[in-house]
Amino acid sequence: MLEVLDVSKIFPGVRALDQVSFRLQAGEVHALVGENGAGKSTLIKVLTGVYQPDSGELRYDGRTAQFGTPMDAQHAGISTIYQEVNLIPLMSVAHNLFLGREPRNRLGLLDENRMHRDAREILAGYGVTADVRRRLGTLALGEQQMVALARAVMIDAKVVIMDEPTSSLEPREVETLFGVIRELHGRGIGIIYVSHRLDELYQICDAVTILRDGKVVHTGKLADLERIRLVSLMLGREMSEVRREGATAFSGAATGDTGAAPVLRASGLTSRRKLHDISFEVRPGEVVGLGGLLGAGRSETIKAIGGAYPLDSGDVQVNGVDLKKPTTVRAVRAGIAVQPEDRKAEGIIAGLSVRENIALAVLPQLSRLGLVSESKIDAIVEKYMTRLRIKASSPHQLVGDLSGGNQQKVLLARLLATGPKVLLLDEPTRGIDVGAKAEVQSLIDELAAEGLGVVLVSSDAEELIEGADRVVVLRDGVVVGVLTGAQVTTEDLMSAIAAGGNE
Amino acid sequence: MTMGIAEPRVAAAADTRREERTDRIVGIVQRQGAPAVLILVVLISLAAFPNFRSFDNTATILVAAAPPMLIALGMTFVILTGGIDLSVGSLYVLGGVLAAWASQYGFVAAFAAPLLVCGAIGVANGLLIAYTRMAPFIVTLAALLGARGLMRAISSEGSETFLVKSDAFRRLGNGSFLDIGYQVWLVAGLVVLGMVLLARTGFGRAVYAVGGSEDAAALMGVAVRRTKVWVYVMSGLLAGVAGAINAAKLGSGVTVLGTGMELDAIAAVVIGGTLLTGGAGSIAGTVAGVLLLGVIQNLINQVGNLNSNWQQVISGTFLALVVVAQTYLVKLRRIN
Repeated sequence: MLEVLDVSKIFPGVRALDQVSFRLQAGEVHALVGENGAGKSTLIKVLTGVYQPDSGELRYDGRTAQFGTPMDAQHAGISTIYQEVNLIPLMSVAHNLFLGREPRNRLGLLDENRMHRDAREILAGYGVTADVRRRLGTLALGEQQMVALARAVMIDAKVVIMDEPTSSLEPREVETLFGVIRELHGRGIGIIYVSHRLDELYQICDAVTILRDGKVVHTGKLADLERIRLVSLMLGREMSEVRREGATAFSGAATGDTGAAPVLRASGLTSRRKLHDISFEVRPGEVVGLGGLLGAGRSETIKAIGGAYPLDSGDVQVNGVDLKKPTTVRAVRAGIAVQPEDRKAEGIIAGLSVRENIALAVLPQLSRLGLVSESKIDAIVEKYMTRLRIKASSPHQLVGDLSGGNQQKVLLARLLATGPKVLLLDEPTRGIDVGAKAEVQSLIDELAAEGLGVVLVSSDAEELIEGADRVVVLRDGVVVGVLTGAQVTTEDLMSAIAAGGNE
Repeated sequence: MTMGIAEPRVAAAADTRREERTDRIVGIVQRQGAPAVLILVVLISLAAFPNFRSFDNTATILVAAAPPMLIALGMTFVILTGGIDLSVGSLYVLGGVLAAWASQYGFVAAFAAPLLVCGAIGVANGLLIAYTRMAPFIVTLAALLGARGLMRAISSEGSETFLVKSDAFRRLGNGSFLDIGYQVWLVAGLVVLGMVLLARTGFGRAVYAVGGSEDAAALMGVAVRRTKVWVYVMSGLLAGVAGAINAAKLGSGVTVLGTGMELDAIAAVVIGGTLLTGGAGSIAGTVAGVLLLGVIQNLINQVGNLNSNWQQVISGTFLALVVVAQTYLVKLRRIN
């Protein structure tokens, strides 16, 4: 009933969708899966009128359709529940539910009483019992999601698109959601379901379409597709083709396991809904990979260790010294350096020069009575620019003008300048070109060889396998396996990720 | 797994109850803070100043507050959408001059001229802000300068003062019903209309939605741009009317008024509990804010030996306190 044919969408420098065809049948729950950047979000935005396709055709109810705005799509009966709840936190629950379709009284004015009554009734069906006059923002995320879903279904939707609807839900709420989905399913409503939780997909979806690098790599019945096959299609590694050596610049020599005392020990890291009792340790000179799909808790783990993600319980020790509750300041003092996933938003400061960016984190160490020695800064900047082979016209060039790879190196230089003991890297090679990628990878090897403990998160399975001495595999915030020595292979990684949720 | 879930859930339920209670209390303080302070100030004044008590004095306060009330009413809508309108002070003077000039053609013309011109400037503001996504601050600053220039152009550099020629129009400014000036009744009517519009119509909900989260509002099908255009049009129209009724009261189009009125209006709206970032607030709060500023001014006039500039010092202090309190209250709501 909703279909795209050979749709392409090009952004500057990226082919976000490349000749994608996708078909949703009535009364079908269709899983849409793929790693970050595979094109899922873009496809959803094309389906809902946020983006216009550059080429190809959108068909709805058997006719060619064109949605100029999200409104057009909504009027046609396509509702979307976005990953972050897209309601208005400052408005009441009932007003959010009815915005634009408020019940009127005889004078044409809003009928608040009826609205509150209706809202209570409707939401009760979704397991939400909170006072509907409360501001939406004061509800738990799961409840907000239910309100969003109720709203979507209310507007006579024929198609409901759910983008990671369960990422902020508790198990009980997931059950309620599935109940609603089954009911919609029974009413012949088509559902596009985006999620990285394989258990859920197999529980609720009929069909699946897998995207990778903007292309459809598989589409068909979900029941016919083995879990491990699904994972390998998503990650883009034919199992038979996996080679131990090859595409990355890592030496492959296992440098770790020297028997030394661990430099970093994380134990029992727990954070509401996202992390559950995560423990692992890193020895000096060792590269420990964190594996898993998007949303498994990799970035959260790294941030938690760096003090930038709230923990309910758990300890972080550096060289045997407990950090107490990690805060960013304590973590930096203890020698933990974090390279965040989003380089532009959380890492470099594009409007400052290379020199200023590198010196930023060491300023407190270099200053006496609040005054900073310029020559000491110059020495440090000089050292790391040479060491990391940063290609800039001068230390005074703006970081925003550098290539992605060099920006990443500037960021690494800043981290290294603080003299860390542990380096936490979240997707260090994302979005940088092949040459720079290789350089960053060999740099990681070098740093480890010098005795740093490194934790590496990467969605690139090959990078993870070849870069890491050990891989800790996470799923839904739980450690589901640790690969060591000869087990560190793409096949083992995939089977660990894909293993059923029957533990 | 199953064992571990039960306990946190009980704790979570208690958390939710506490959150609900905090939310309710904070909500009441945010909504009722300004009226409460107003009542408090009035009670103290009644006790301390014998003259404050008189009916005449009350009527004086209300009449003086009438034009600022209209401007603040328009400003409330604008600020609720997350915008700002700096042009209203200029539009107020321009409206006054136009009304006085047009009164030679009769009562209706005296209203039509300021409404047309100020409304048109409001439309221009709204279209530029909504469709070119320029910052409201800049667009309305330009309108502030432009409208002031226009006013000076039609009044020969501000030296020519038009006298109100229409008797009916002048009566609007000086006459009264039940001993309360006509203009107070007019303003009260418009305020009630504004309240109904904001609280009980789809447009009102759209105003809140746009200010609460523009992107979410757009995704939920709210006509974001149309809503934005309308609030600036309303703000312009109300500033024009405010200028007109002031001209009716003064009997002429005085050209030296209105400087800084936009800032007083913003202050009144914020003191009234409307978030400067948009999305939450009320007209009742704005009414209290305007009256509070008016009462403070009145009190300072009563204390004979105090320079009237102290009124601005006190208003400023008030504003700072309210903003600090607001920030704190909002944070309290978020954390829970």
